[in-house]
Amino acid sequence: MNSRSLQTTIIFLVVGGILALSLGGFFGSASRQFSSVLIDAQTWLSSRFLGLQDFVTAPRDIVSLRTRNAELETQVSQLQAQVIELQQRVNETEILAALVDFSRSNPESTYKAAAVIGRDPSPFLHYIIINRGSNDDIRRGMPVVTNQGLVGRVDAVIADAARVQLITDPASAVNVYLQNAETSAVAFGSVTGDVSLDMISQSTTIESGDLILTSGLGGGYPSDLIIGQVVTIRSLEFELFQQATVQPAVDFTRLDIVLVITNFRPVDITPLEPLPSP
Amino acid sequence: MRNTIAFPLLGLAVILQSSVVSQMRLISGYADLPLLVVAAWALQERVKSAWHWGIVACVMIGFVSSMPWLVVGIGYLGVVFLAQTLQRRVWQAPLLAMFSVIFIGTLFIHLLSFGVLSLLGTPYPFNDVIGLVTLPSLLLNMLFSIPVYALMRDLARWVYPLEEYE
Repeated sequence: MNSRSLQTTIIFLVVGGILALSLGGFFGSASRQFSSVLIDAQTWLSSRFLGLQDFVTAPRDIVSLRTRNAELETQVSQLQAQVIELQQRVNETEILAALVDFSRSNPESTYKAAAVIGRDPSPFLHYIIINRGSNDDIRRGMPVVTNQGLVGRVDAVIADAARVQLITDPASAVNVYLQNAETSAVAFGSVTGDVSLDMISQSTTIESGDLILTSGLGGGYPSDLIIGQVVTIRSLEFELFQQATVQPAVDFTRLDIVLVITNFRPVDITPLEPLPSP
Repeated sequence: MRNTIAFPLLGLAVILQSSVVSQMRLISGYADLPLLVVAAWALQERVKSAWHWGIVACVMIGFVSSMPWLVVGIGYLGVVFLAQTLQRRVWQAPLLAMFSVIFIGTLFIHLLSFGVLSLLGTPYPFNDVIGLVTLPSLLLNMLFSIPVYALMRDLARWVYPLEEYE
């Protein structure tokens, strides 16, 4: 054994002995101080390393988070659009269900459902445009209803669309009868979209809330379609007839789907009307 | 050839009028988008096809509306005539010309509608027409006239580029 290897062996034995003694707790406070210095140094180094690691890796996380956020936002907007679409379908289904109930409760008529796709461009006129026309056997004069009551009648038809004159149109006049009073009258529209009753005999007693139905007189509309209810009555002694304002049963501002009564043929009584004498 | 844009543009205006603008009511009146488009187009200095646009608008409105053709024809072509006349006289203040055309044009068309429909036997109380239909429509038309004018000015610059115009 040469001197160099002897030296190495001695160093190993000394170091090993110190370690064995320190592990055995023979060095006491000196060992603790030494280890605390080591721990502090390691803590300092570790914290700095973690800080550096955060600094290096954090930007990558922000990018990935932003990407993920964008993905989720896209997904949310898609789901919101889906919710709106489904809500719309639910509304349509509810309207269609009500119309089906109405057609089942009135089996004497045949109906064709149509969607309202527009209104007359002029504010002077109250017309709607529906997406059914002569290709669907829609003809001029056919009455149009909803489950709530009478809407109007078909005024003009093209192949795939038709124009409907509402009962609120100023040129519209519908022969009606008041169910409770058992008397006839005429319902007129107006430029503001209100419906009023005229030609009510002064001898008739009418009350607010009386139900108004089509009478079928004149052949323009079938009988017993609901128009609305009497709201206010105007009766002046010096006038020939009483007038009344009407609350229409149909909400004309929210017409989405309507039913066209296709088995009703209007009667044109113009040739039967007496000519004015010369 | 670029003038054929009148067909899709006025078609779109009539569709929007029928389906959207007519639902945006102020009391019983609403704006008249085709009228605004035709008036704004006729007021552009470079435009040479204002009468064509007026006729196309008349045909489209007359097809959709139940208003008599006489009212639509005289009304819209009258507005084109008014716009062309004012454009030559008030060319330095185009927005003022637009407001004037819309103001006079709306009153003209509404009074014409009132007159013709009354003659045809439909009862229209004059006070209701003025207070509930014409004045609200006038206000809405004036409000919409600024953006429509700006759009039509840009369109005129595209249809009639400066080098061609000069």
